[in-house]
Order: sequence, then C-alpha cells, then structure tokens
Amino acid sequence: MDSSLSGASERATAPQRRSFADLFRATEIDARLVGMLGALALIWIGVDILSGGAFLTPRNLWNLSVQTASVAVMAAGMVLVIVARHIDLSVGSILGLVGMIMGVTQAEFLPKYLGFDHPLIWVIALAVGLAVGAAIGLLHGAIVAYLGVPAFIVTLGGLLVWRGCAWWITSGRTVAPMDDAFRRMGGGIEGAIGATWTWVVALLAFAAIVWRTLHARSRRRKVGFALRPVWAEVAVAGLACLAVLAVVLVANSYDLPLRVAERIAAERGLVVPPQGLAIAHGLALPVLIAVGVGIVVTFLAQRTRFGRYVFALGGNPEATELSGVDTRRVTVLVFVLMGMLCAVAAAISTARLNAATNAQGMLDELYVIAAAVIGGTSLGGGLGTVAGAMLGALVMQSLQSGMVLMGLDTPLQNIVVGFVLVVAVWLDRLYRSRTLKGRAG
Amino acid sequence: MSDARPPLVEMRGMSISFGGVRAVDDVSLDLQGGEVVGLLGHNGAGKSTLIKMLSGAYRPDAGEIRIDGRPAAIHSPRDARRYGIETIYQTLALAENLDAAANLFLGRELRSGWGTLDDVAMEVETRKVMARLNPHFAKFKEPVRALSGGQRQAVAIARAIHFNARVLIMDEPTAALGPQETRQVADLIVQLKKEGIGIFLISHDIHDVFDLSDRVAVMKNGRLVGTARTRAVTKDEVLGMIILGTCPSAAIPGPGALAAGGA
Repeated sequence: MDSSLSGASERATAPQRRSFADLFRATEIDARLVGMLGALALIWIGVDILSGGAFLTPRNLWNLSVQTASVAVMAAGMVLVIVARHIDLSVGSILGLVGMIMGVTQAEFLPKYLGFDHPLIWVIALAVGLAVGAAIGLLHGAIVAYLGVPAFIVTLGGLLVWRGCAWWITSGRTVAPMDDAFRRMGGGIEGAIGATWTWVVALLAFAAIVWRTLHARSRRRKVGFALRPVWAEVAVAGLACLAVLAVVLVANSYDLPLRVAERIAAERGLVVPPQGLAIAHGLALPVLIAVGVGIVVTFLAQRTRFGRYVFALGGNPEATELSGVDTRRVTVLVFVLMGMLCAVAAAISTARLNAATNAQGMLDELYVIAAAVIGGTSLGGGLGTVAGAMLGALVMQSLQSGMVLMGLDTPLQNIVVGFVLVVAVWLDRLYRSRTLKGRAG
Repeated sequence: MSDARPPLVEMRGMSISFGGVRAVDDVSLDLQGGEVVGLLGHNGAGKSTLIKMLSGAYRPDAGEIRIDGRPAAIHSPRDARRYGIETIYQTLALAENLDAAANLFLGRELRSGWGTLDDVAMEVETRKVMARLNPHFAKFKEPVRALSGGQRQAVAIARAIHFNARVLIMDEPTAALGPQETRQVADLIVQLKKEGIGIFLISHDIHDVFDLSDRVAVMKNGRLVGTARTRAVTKDEVLGMIILGTCPSAAIPGPGALAAGGA
C-alpha cells in the first residue's frame, strides 16, 4: 500500500538501481498496483498467443469487461468486509435472492399494475433490490456486531438461508424475460452507450484526472508540504489519461453486428454507405456501473470517517473502541454496504442473463473473495484497496475466459484458477515481507 | 507542591470489589499539575484497577474523584477525556496499519467543509505535536507498524496531549522498549512535566519509574502502603514498601502499611 518504500531494501546492495527506484518513488505510484497490471498484461499476452490471437480483440475485451462487472462490484464491498476482519460467504446467495426478487417484481408483480414496459418498472425493481440487499446486510451486520456471532458463521448460515429463500419465491422456477430498460444494465447491444457518449465519458475522465492532480498539488503547496516533481505529476496524470484512452478506443472499435446496425440506420433514417455500416458499441453500462461503484467505495474508504474506522477496526479493534469509535455501528454499515453491492451485482447479472434463475450467483462468494485476495487484501484485516480487488476480479475473469478461448475443459480451468490464487497470495506475502525488511533497515 | 491551590487530581477513599474480592480498598491519592507520581506495586496489587476508575473504564463502589478541587463525574472513557484525563495503555492502543496522523486523530478526525476527512490538515497538526515531542520524527506517511517502539510511544503520547490532556496516565510506559527508546520516553516525560501536565506512571518495576517520579505511591493487596517524595527515600526502602508493606520514616503511611513500620 505504500509505494514510497518500494525498492528500499535493495538500496544497500544495488546502488546502480537506486536512480530508477528514486525516480519511481517520486511518482508515488502504488508499486503493488503496477505489479498487478504487469501480471494482467502477461496473462493477456500469454493467453492471446496460446489461443491464436483470439483474446486481444475488441470483441473479446469488450465481453471480458462486461463479464467482470458483477464480481468486480461485489469485490469492492468485500474489500471493506475483509479489511474490517470479517468475511462474507453469502454474497452469491444474496445475489441469487435479490435477483429473483427483482425478477419477480418487474416481470410478474409490477406489470399487473403498471402494464408491461412502463418506464418506472426498472427503477422500482432496482430500488426494491437495493432495499432487500441493504436489509439482509443489516441483519448480518447486527448479528455479527451485537450478538457476537462470528461473520464466518453468520454468512455461512446466510449462504444456505438466502439460497433457500430464492428457491422458495418461485419454487425454483426461472423468471423471464426482464424489463427492456432494466436489461440495459446487463450490457449487450442495448446496454452500450455508443461512440459519442463514450467520448463524453472519456473527456469527463480526463477532466477529473487533471482536476485531481491540480487540486492535490495546490493543497500540498498551501500547507508547505513537499511537492511531487512536475514531471512525475505529468507522467502519472498522462498514464491515467492514456489508460482511459485505450479503454475508449477498444470499446469504440467493437462494432455492432451488421443487421443491428442496419436496423438502427433505418430507424434513424441514415444512409447506408456502400462499404457497410460501422456503428461502435462504445462502453457497456455494467462496466460504467462497476467503475462508478469502484469510485464511490474508494471515496468511502479513503475520504470518510466510516472508511477510516473500517481500516482502524482491521488494524486494532480494541484501540478503535478505546478511541470512542462506535465499532458496532461501523460493522453493521460494512455489511449493509456489502448487501447493497450484492443487489447492484444482481441487477447486472439478471439483466445480462435476461432471466432470474435459482442458480444465479452460485460460487460467486468464492470468486469475490479470491478477487479481493488476489488484489492484495489481507485476510488478517486492515489492508486492501478497492482498485486492487477490482483488478483481481479482472485477472480471474481474464484467466477464465482465456481458458475457454483456448478450449480447456472446466475441471482444468478450476485447477488453474485455484493454483493462481495460491501463487498470487504467496507472491504478495513475499513482496510485503521484503518491503517491511526495507523499512526496518 | 504548593498547598495553596487544590491538587489537579484528588482521589478520596476509592474502593471497588469484584465478586467479593476487594481489588482496591479505601485508597486516597492526589496529583499536582507538573508532577509525576509513580504508582508501584506487584501485579495484582490494585494499581491498574485504581487507575481504571480514574480513566472511566471501571465505576468505583465508593470514593470520590475531584479535579481542580471540584467533584468530577466520570462514568466512561469519554467522560474522563472531557476532564482532560488521557490514558496510554500498556498495549499501546494504536492501529498499526494506519499512519501517525490517522492514529492521532482516531475518533476525532478533522474534516473539510464537505464532511470528508482532511488528511492534509491532520498531518499538519501531527507534525506540530510531534515536533514538540520528537523533533527528529519524519515517518509521517508510513503505517505505525514501521515505527520503532519509542516512536510509537511518542505517537501514543502525542495523541493524548494534542487534545489538551491535563492528566496523563501511562501504564508500563517503558516495559516494551529498549534502553535508547526508554531514554526518549523519559525525555518526553520531563518535557510534559514542564508544560504543567500531571502524570501517573504505573509500573511493577521500580527501576522503570524511580528516577522519573517526583513522588512514589505504593500499593499492596489493594491498599495504599504509603507515599513518599522520591528524593527522601532509597530504592531499597521503596522495594521494602512493595514487597513487605513496611513504611520508611520518610514516607507518609497509608492504611495498608504494616503496623510496626520502623527502619
């Protein structure tokens, strides 16, 4: 989590590397995040070669981003749960139950009163889902915080209870189809925002990056703290903008299927040029939702008292309590947030599937926890970043869909994913013990 | 010690029982501003229990606490803080994964106009306090885990004094520290004294506190053996108080002193 010490352990033994380490340190980039991005790049290139160039195509990367969204959203919440020294084994079951409730609400309950395709249906269904998710989280959190039952047990119970409830609502029947507007949250052709809006999002992102850099700089100058060198500021902001640009270019070079493009052209009265129509997908809504969730949860974690207390709780629960923090309230809120993020993930996943099924989200708890852990969240509590966990989700999904492209069997896929999980955590431990030694020396 | 003004802290007839065992029995003790009182005794002598009543962790069965001569109602750690009583626990109540500023302001964070954490302002304040305590301290961006024992102790003390503590309770302040760090903490205590803060040093080891204290108070079996100006007694005499409960002639005997206390 602290980049300022990266390479400190090598300083004594490798003076020739010092200048690079110093340069890197000046940028104040999180070294762990860079490591993860490097690992991701390796996986992408490796899988692309092994699958004969089928991986690094706009189409596959676009699909990959959509497939990652649901687990990434839940991983953002799981980081805080684990940082606070708890665990949530029930997220897959919560997703299943909330998805089922949202499905029944929009496909069977609301149409009776509002008729099909009413513009409010998706809003109400989503609101109901969020409320149910929050209520379940509230229940879990209250049992953990006030009754003192370990979170492992409470959510293990939840895993069974909520899956059972999901079945019970429709006696196991699949609910479909979903409301048209609701389905946009799952991506697909209707759920992509198109090239123009994608550029708007990109420009907003550029503006945000520049504003953040300038704001942090002026704040530091005002109180007389050491400033980052200008080249470092420019480099970091530039890299961030380049990353945004890359994502935008990929999203905008994945074109809609020809027939869909022709239909849209006909609807809008466009003239179809002789070489064929190229209308880009642009960014997918679920991806934007996931990024939005990532930004909001990061903000909560780093800029609010709540987030500070979550990390303090993970570092030293007794100290936090003695400091006059209402630790029980913080615990409850962590689980409420987790429940609401499960509801968001449920919306994405039912919308994508265009159905609410009984098996939805099964085993997701394991993927979510694995994503958080691969992303550098320490199961001992007190340590973890939202960005890391979401990247972890992307790493897992990349492996998985890469192996599908390579034609590996499911059992073999599971073996690889399990192996990678253990190796990733081992590497993280190595890195941590090295930086700690650097600190001591 | 001038007798003209009331003592900063005055505990009178403090008693508390746990399941029929009198952990603290009719103990009276006071503390002046700018004074260091070493509270000594074996493990289980009742010194920590006595001090926990002052810091609000326990509620006494009997007795009265006065601050500046006025009765104080202390029912919780928060109440104690309101009276300017800050406790530094033996186990150093710091969150190891957070930096010095986050620990210093834990539970009392500074916030910007938007209600968000103002980390820059907190770091500025932390730099100010730490400059008072340990001018060489520079690890403001690192988690407390990366600090030495003495530096951690400084952060814990900074946290107490930043919020204008008037009474500082330090439980085994140097027990976990090496010789150099112990000296750092000793320097700190001398400096805090100069600023008029009253300090209770609690220890079972006489060597930890003897040289730092203006007075020592010795407890045995929940009762006060006696108090003495440190300059007027020897270490051996204080050891006698701790082990045997005898009270040397230079000390003021308490209710727990052995009846035949002649040296």
